[in-house]
Amino acid sequence: MTMREEIEAAAMRYPDRRSAIMPALMIAQKEHGHLPGPILEEVADILGVERVWVYELATFYTLFHTEPIGRFHLQLCDNVSCMLCGSEALLLHLETMLGIGKGETTPDGLFTLSTVECLGACEMAPVMQVGDDYHGNLDAARLDALLESFSAAAERVASAERAAAPAPGE
Amino acid sequence: MFEPVLLRNVDVPDGHLLSAYEAGGGYRALRKALGEYRPDEIVELVKESNLRGRGGAGFPTGMKWSFVPKAAGKPKYLCCNADEGEPGTFKDRIIMERDPHQLIEGLAVSAYAIGAETAYVYIRGEYVTAIGRMEQAIAEAHEKGYLGAGILGSNFNFTIHIHRGAGAYICGEETAMLESLEGRRAQPRLKPPFPAVAGLYASPTVINNVETLACVPHIVMRGSAWFRGIGPDRSPGPKLYCLSGQVRKPGLYELPMGIPLRELVEEHAGGPLPGRKVKAVIPGGVSAPVIPESGLEVGMDFDSLAAAGSMLGSAGVIVVDDSTCMVKVATRIIEFFHHESCGKCTPCREGLNWVVKVLRRIEAGEGEAGDLDQLEMLCKGIFGNTFCALGDGAAMGLRAALKHFRDEFVTHIEERRCPFH
Repeated sequence: MTMREEIEAAAMRYPDRRSAIMPALMIAQKEHGHLPGPILEEVADILGVERVWVYELATFYTLFHTEPIGRFHLQLCDNVSCMLCGSEALLLHLETMLGIGKGETTPDGLFTLSTVECLGACEMAPVMQVGDDYHGNLDAARLDALLESFSAAAERVASAERAAAPAPGE
Repeated sequence: MFEPVLLRNVDVPDGHLLSAYEAGGGYRALRKALGEYRPDEIVELVKESNLRGRGGAGFPTGMKWSFVPKAAGKPKYLCCNADEGEPGTFKDRIIMERDPHQLIEGLAVSAYAIGAETAYVYIRGEYVTAIGRMEQAIAEAHEKGYLGAGILGSNFNFTIHIHRGAGAYICGEETAMLESLEGRRAQPRLKPPFPAVAGLYASPTVINNVETLACVPHIVMRGSAWFRGIGPDRSPGPKLYCLSGQVRKPGLYELPMGIPLRELVEEHAGGPLPGRKVKAVIPGGVSAPVIPESGLEVGMDFDSLAAAGSMLGSAGVIVVDDSTCMVKVATRIIEFFHHESCGKCTPCREGLNWVVKVLRRIEAGEGEAGDLDQLEMLCKGIFGNTFCALGDGAAMGLRAALKHFRDEFVTHIEERRCPFH
C-alpha cells in the first residue's frame, strides 16, 4: 500500500478524520524516518485537516521526530527502577563507546543516543529500546555485544547496497 | 489456596494464540454472557463483585458502567486504557503480549454490558510487541466470530480498534486519553461532564484499565461471590503486582488483594539483594508515596494503603535498598513528573520546574538552609490546584520522602555533599 492508502485505511477506524492524525504520523514516520515540515503538510492534506493540528501533535508527543535521527535509536530508560539497577553507569558507557552525549547522533548517522522515561519493562531493568525491540537485563558487556551486532548489520546492508550498485562506467 | 486466574495463560507456549486461549476455556464467558444474561444483569454482576478499577483510582467498575445513560441517542464507546506509563508498572504489557484474548474477551463482555459496539484500545506506542499481538488476536477473534456482526448468533455487534499512543504519560489520565483519541494534544478535560455521559466524540464512554477488563470474564464464569471471597471485603479479587528495583526476583505476581507488602517483597520477590537491607518501598508506581521499611506490614489494598498515607495505584512495587540515596530517588521521581507535565496548569508546569531545581541543588551538595521549607511550600502550592492527579502525585510523593527521610535531606544540606557518593 502507498502511504496515502495506509492513511486512508487508518482514517476508516474513526468517525472523525482528526482522530487519524496520530496513526497517520506513525505511518509517515515509518516511511520517511522522521517528519519534516513538507511531510506534516502532506499528512494534513491527505486527511483534509488543518495543518496546525498536525504540527501540534508532531511536536507534543515524544515518539514523533521532526528532526532526523540515527539509523539505530538507542533509547535507554533511566527512570527509577532502571536507575536502581545501574542505568547511570550504562549511559556513561554508551557515551564513551559512541563518543557522543545523550541527545546526539554519531557523525556516521548510525546511532542516536537518548534517555527515556519508563519503558514499562521494569522486571528486566535496566532496559533499552532500539527500534521496535526491547533489550533488558543490560550490563556493559551486553551493551558492547549489542553495539557490535548493530554495526555488523549496518555493514551487511552497506555491502549489499555496494554490490547492487552499477559498476563505474556502466 | 489462592489460584491465579489472570496470569494462568501467560506462560503457556503460544499463549497469545486463539487456539491456546480456547484450549484453556477461553471465550466460554462471552458465550455465557450472551446466552444467559441481559446487559443490565452483567452490570449488576460486576457491581456485586465489587471489582474496583485496577488503573489506579480504584473506582467501582460496575458503578462506573451504571452511569452510562441507557438511551443517549448516540453511539456508546468503550475505551481500554493500555497506556501503561506509570514507572514501576508493566502488568498490562504482559497480558497484551502473552494473553491478548483474555483482554479481548473482557472487552467484548464489558461492551455488551454497557451497550457499546465499538472499542478503542489505547496502547502506549513503545509497546510494539503488544500492539502486534493484540492486532493478531483481534483478527483471529473476528475470523472465529467472537467479534464482528451477530456475535455467536446473538444480535450483539462489536468491533475493536487499536490506537497507538505516541509517548505522553498524561494519556493515562482518562480525559487526556479522550483528547488524544480525538486527535488533539493530550491535556485533561474539566469534569463534569464525566466521560460516562459525554466522553469520546461527546458520546457516553466507559474507560477501563486492561487488568480491570481482564477480570470480567472470570467474574462471569465463577460468579461475584467467588470474586468477593478473595482478599478484603472492600478491595476484593485477584491482583497483579509488578515487582522491580533492588530485589532478587523482580517480576509480575498474581496474589490476592490485601497481601502484606512485607510478604510480597520478602517472600514472593525473594527479598533484598545479597548483603543489603530494604530501606523503602514505593507500593504503587512513582505516584504512590514511599513507605519506609518500618511500614511494610501494610496490606496491599486500596483502603489499607490509603490509611497508611500511600496508595495502591498501579501496584507497581519498587524496592529501594540501603545503598541508595533517597534524595536522588525523590529527585528522579520529580524529574519524571516535570518532564511529563502536559503544561495545562501553572502550578504543575511551573511548580515542578522549581522543585526539580531545588532538589538537584540539594543532591549536588549545594542545598541551602530554607530549601526544605521551600519544597514544602511548593508542594502546598501544587497539591489540589491542578486539573488532574499528575501534580498531586508529584507533591504527595515528595512530601512522603521529606517526612520519612528528612535526615537524608538535612545531611545533604549540612554536609554539602551526597553521603552516598
